[in-house]
Amino acid sequence: MSKPKSKDAPMPIGDCITQLHKCLRERLCHGQLPSRLEASEAQHKHLLGLLTRTAIHGESNSVLIVGPRGSGKTALLKCVLRDLLQEKEVQKNLLQVQLNGLLQTDDRIALKEITRQLNLENVVGDKVFGSFAENLVFLLEALKKGDHSTTCPVLFVLDEFDLFAHHKNQTLLYNLLDVSQSAQAPVAVVGLTCRLDVLELLEKRVKSRFSHRQIHLLSSLSFTQYLERVRSQLSLPDDFPERKFAQDWNSSVQSFCEEKSVEDILRRHFNSSKDFRSLHMLLMLCLSRISIVNPTIKPADVLEASRLCFSDAKSNMLHGLSVLELCLVIAMKHLNDVYEGEPFNFQMVHNEFKMFLQRKSNSMYNFEQPVVMKAFEHLQQLELIRPIDGSSAKTQREYQLMKLTLDNCQIMEALQKYPQCPTDIKQWGMSAFG
Amino acid sequence: MKTRLRVRRVYKWQGEPLRFDRKLKNFEYGSLVISVEGLPRPNIINTGQCILIEGEEEDNPYVAQVNKLFGDESGRQKKAMVQWFVRASEVPVSKLPLLGREPHPQEIFYYQGRGCNEEVNAESILRPVQVKHLDGPAPFPDSNDKDVLYVKLSWDTKTFKMMDSAVLPPSTPPCCPKPCHPNSFPSSPPAAAPASRRANRRAISTPGTAVIQRAASADLRYAGDTMSTGKVGLEAESLHSATKLSASKCLSTKRRNAAARTPGVRKRLELCSPEKKSMPFSDVLSQLLDEELESEVELAQRLLASPPQVLHPTYSLTPRRKMHRAPADTDSLFQKPSVFMMNKLSACETDSPPSKTRAFSSMTEVDNENSPMLLVAATPRSSKRKSAQLVSTRIKKQLSLLDDQQNKDSNTEDEEEFAPSNKTLCSRSEDDKLIHGDENVLVKEGRQVLAGSRVPRSKTTLSSTRTPRITPSKKAATNTPRTPATPIIPSRLMPARHPTNILEVARTRLHVSSVPESLPCREQEFQDIYSFVESKIIDGTGGCMYISGVPGTGKTATVHEVIRCLQNAANINEIPSFRFIEINGMKMTDPHQAYVQILEKLISQTATADHAASLLEKRFSNPAPRKETTVLLVDELDLLWTRKQNVMYNLFDWPTRRHSRLVVLTIANTMDLPERIMINRVSSRLVAALSGDARRCLDICRRATELCEHSAANTSITRLVGMSHVMDALDEMFSSSYITAIQSASVQEQLFLRAVIAEFRRLGLEEATFQQVFLQHQALCRVEGLQSIGVSEVLAVCQRLGACRLLLLETSRFGILQRVRLNVSQDDILYALKSD
Repeated sequence: MSKPKSKDAPMPIGDCITQLHKCLRERLCHGQLPSRLEASEAQHKHLLGLLTRTAIHGESNSVLIVGPRGSGKTALLKCVLRDLLQEKEVQKNLLQVQLNGLLQTDDRIALKEITRQLNLENVVGDKVFGSFAENLVFLLEALKKGDHSTTCPVLFVLDEFDLFAHHKNQTLLYNLLDVSQSAQAPVAVVGLTCRLDVLELLEKRVKSRFSHRQIHLLSSLSFTQYLERVRSQLSLPDDFPERKFAQDWNSSVQSFCEEKSVEDILRRHFNSSKDFRSLHMLLMLCLSRISIVNPTIKPADVLEASRLCFSDAKSNMLHGLSVLELCLVIAMKHLNDVYEGEPFNFQMVHNEFKMFLQRKSNSMYNFEQPVVMKAFEHLQQLELIRPIDGSSAKTQREYQLMKLTLDNCQIMEALQKYPQCPTDIKQWGMSAFG
Repeated sequence: MKTRLRVRRVYKWQGEPLRFDRKLKNFEYGSLVISVEGLPRPNIINTGQCILIEGEEEDNPYVAQVNKLFGDESGRQKKAMVQWFVRASEVPVSKLPLLGREPHPQEIFYYQGRGCNEEVNAESILRPVQVKHLDGPAPFPDSNDKDVLYVKLSWDTKTFKMMDSAVLPPSTPPCCPKPCHPNSFPSSPPAAAPASRRANRRAISTPGTAVIQRAASADLRYAGDTMSTGKVGLEAESLHSATKLSASKCLSTKRRNAAARTPGVRKRLELCSPEKKSMPFSDVLSQLLDEELESEVELAQRLLASPPQVLHPTYSLTPRRKMHRAPADTDSLFQKPSVFMMNKLSACETDSPPSKTRAFSSMTEVDNENSPMLLVAATPRSSKRKSAQLVSTRIKKQLSLLDDQQNKDSNTEDEEEFAPSNKTLCSRSEDDKLIHGDENVLVKEGRQVLAGSRVPRSKTTLSSTRTPRITPSKKAATNTPRTPATPIIPSRLMPARHPTNILEVARTRLHVSSVPESLPCREQEFQDIYSFVESKIIDGTGGCMYISGVPGTGKTATVHEVIRCLQNAANINEIPSFRFIEINGMKMTDPHQAYVQILEKLISQTATADHAASLLEKRFSNPAPRKETTVLLVDELDLLWTRKQNVMYNLFDWPTRRHSRLVVLTIANTMDLPERIMINRVSSRLVAALSGDARRCLDICRRATELCEHSAANTSITRLVGMSHVMDALDEMFSSSYITAIQSASVQEQLFLRAVIAEFRRLGLEEATFQQVFLQHQALCRVEGLQSIGVSEVLAVCQRLGACRLLLLETSRFGILQRVRLNVSQDDILYALKSD
């Protein structure tokens, strides 16, 4: 068996763990690109061909990459660009403009950003872009100047493409796509979106100028592939500094994946979502439990991580409520049961609560109405209850109609776990009728 | 224009009316007095005098000669009948090459075209101006005096002709007659500084011609006040043509007789050589000059007064000179072709002069290859003359100095700058603006070595427009309102690869951007639009047309095709020339920007929207002597809709003005737009005859070629695009992605969709709250034997489906109360889930 070079002084276990964390975190959090996209070979080929033609032949193109969140749209584009830029001919011949619909919320900002990214602002020098109109004319002029054989192609990447469609008149999209359809500077417009109906958002003129190329990233991933992905994501690479540790780790990962309980948990995740991002979240939680005392990954880790992932946000919030507030929530639950989800107001809740106090309570005080009101308002602040749309602000607070945004099962779960919950309250909550 | 408006002018008739026209009920007067506030001496305008008339551009008022002054009985209305002159800037750019040289900035042309209102409001007269007739071959006096204009040729919207000096009034006080032959000046060499300046100037003037001859004077104003060499040949030629044409004029007869003494070729040579004064033709010249002595006097005085201006004669020599020293410096090699063209022309053209103008300009297009041969042929001739040699050596010296200077600036740009190609001609036209502006600024800054800085300056500006980045300091200098920065996307370092196989060629052709030779299925519409615009152009009237159709049916393409054909027709003089302007409603941020863009494209002047609107209003409603029709294409008209509709109203109103000569073609998708905005002047419509979008069709075909390429790469069978490929492409583009999306969704997502359907069925509604669906979902989970999952998790599932727009959701703030709707039909979902 070949020993590592640093055989005389094996790395201390602490350092190994640090290295492991560094390596895997980079992979899970930084979105390090895989060397090959297994699931989307065809799409990769299509996009690569398209962008290559823009870069090399100066052919203008427009394309949309559509796929649910976490399906690897950005990864696909990045992979394609990485492969594309390996070609020498392309390297110097491609300008990139990256826009994001969440950042460039209107065309004015987007135009400024384009100008900046194309390094055109130093053409303008000290001249301040007076108006939006000037900026648009300026940019169109710039793009018009070009012709397809001499001008450097420009790649426009529009992330969250659907948000650009909400801009006024869709001016930016119209102009970009118009350039891509006319003999001006060669451009490739690549839109990334998760909306399947994105084309319906486009105005008819804009739509007509779009080439109607859509690359769909719909993963038809099977569970075995998913499991394989988990294994490969957790495995350490061969060039890990401490080889012995890496081998141990990898074999532990292997056995970990074969464990039945782990498989069950992963299957549950898989059933819920095929999204890699949520998988990475889960693995990240597992990874954070790895330490010197716990140097290998164990099924318990993933169990705990999964519990964190699936825990219900609202019932967690209930744990932090005061007993009075919890009582009000239970009263609301009973009202909901009785009136079949009809809205309620403070008075109704208070009455329900008072009835409970009269009937069975021996652990609760009878609070003053303002105190109960305060608790009620706190629930509203937490958005556990919300006023229904129609009720105007004019009505007195006591009579404002509210709805509970909690499901019964969430309340039950919270009751189970509520620390030191008085038994009578627990019973009141569990009982079918108030 | 504002400054001018502020000056108050008072117009009064001078003297009693000369006569009274009974029919028209107006009095004719001999002169008009214009007194300007703040100026002690009023201007007096007499009939026959030349005047400036308020125009659209402040800097370039119209020039005309008063033929008649008359007013009505009340004396309120004062009118004038005028004979127009046009400035070079008013001549259509496409026609300027016919001139065959750079127009002098102070040069005007006697206007003989039709369709020009000769009656103007006398109140629009600004002041008198001096117009001097210059003889054909005579060079322009080099003066910066803006108040003197020179006329040599006449312009009848088609050709430049030699103008008869008799039509022009003998202008202004005759002083002591001075027999100053302009050609006699250069023999006295000026002091060192002027000499260098002259040399520099010449150096710039010749590249100017080289570029101009080739590139049809894209930057015509730029070389403005430098003499162009091309002039010589053309003028001599047009003189010749004029003599043949207007035989009736006694003056020209005289001239012709004189000219007839020497054969044409000789004459031309003499014309260009100032040294040979003894030749017969110089007699003719002096004779002519004697006749026009009065007008020359002032010029001569000025010439004497300022030594650096005494340059014209040497200018006229430049072509010869150039060829003589050409072998010495590489820089000038580029200029040779055009120069020699002229010589060659002069030799062959004498027999059929009148129609030569166009031939001339076309001949200058001839390739470089001819030049060496011509060089050989021409050199001996010029070297014969001693004096010429003498001057040329001097110039050579100056030029070598200059070259050093240039080399410092840039070596590389030279080829680029002078590379003769028609492409540069087109692309330069924008650069021109920048150059022009640059020049202005520099002049304003008062660079001490004006002439010396000329060449390098023009070089740097040219180079800077080619390279994308301009140093900020430089840009700061050009920061004048009239110089919009013209940005350029950096050009690629490696040339684009050309299509190598037949599929790639097909793909380039199928790209939407490529313009087809013909537009099939659009013949009728083409004909309609063509005849409409053509008739309006010929009549010199205005009109508007509304073209509608669904996107991608070829509205814009058809109009562009029409304009292209019309422009071709205009180029071969079938129809009067016209101006084409295009704006697009989508390409502006605000409807009112339309005014700004129209104005910018019309007279390249930037203004605010309001100001631009008023300027345009004025332009289209005043009976100014507009020389050509403007064709305005307004694309995406519906975007110009405003609450008050003033933009659209104006666009449709201007063409109906009597003097506007504006044809407006509007394009929009909506068929009912005219009704909606209540405009009845709808001339025609383009109904979408094609069922569908041509753009999309092209895209489908393009995709099909790609698919074909892919499949061929796999199987290496014959590469032919079959119907199957087209069908595949169609499928790919139009097949609903929803079903695949559902099929590839996770188990819980699919389950949730089923829960939604189940809940809808239960409720009998197409809408449910999340809470209701959640209960269904839990029930389904139990049925399927899956572990039940929490609210948060199901909410996440639901949000994911909402993000894909398989579901329509309210905002997630509502939590479990948010309402859920399907964005796909229930059948689709069931189908997708069943086949799974």
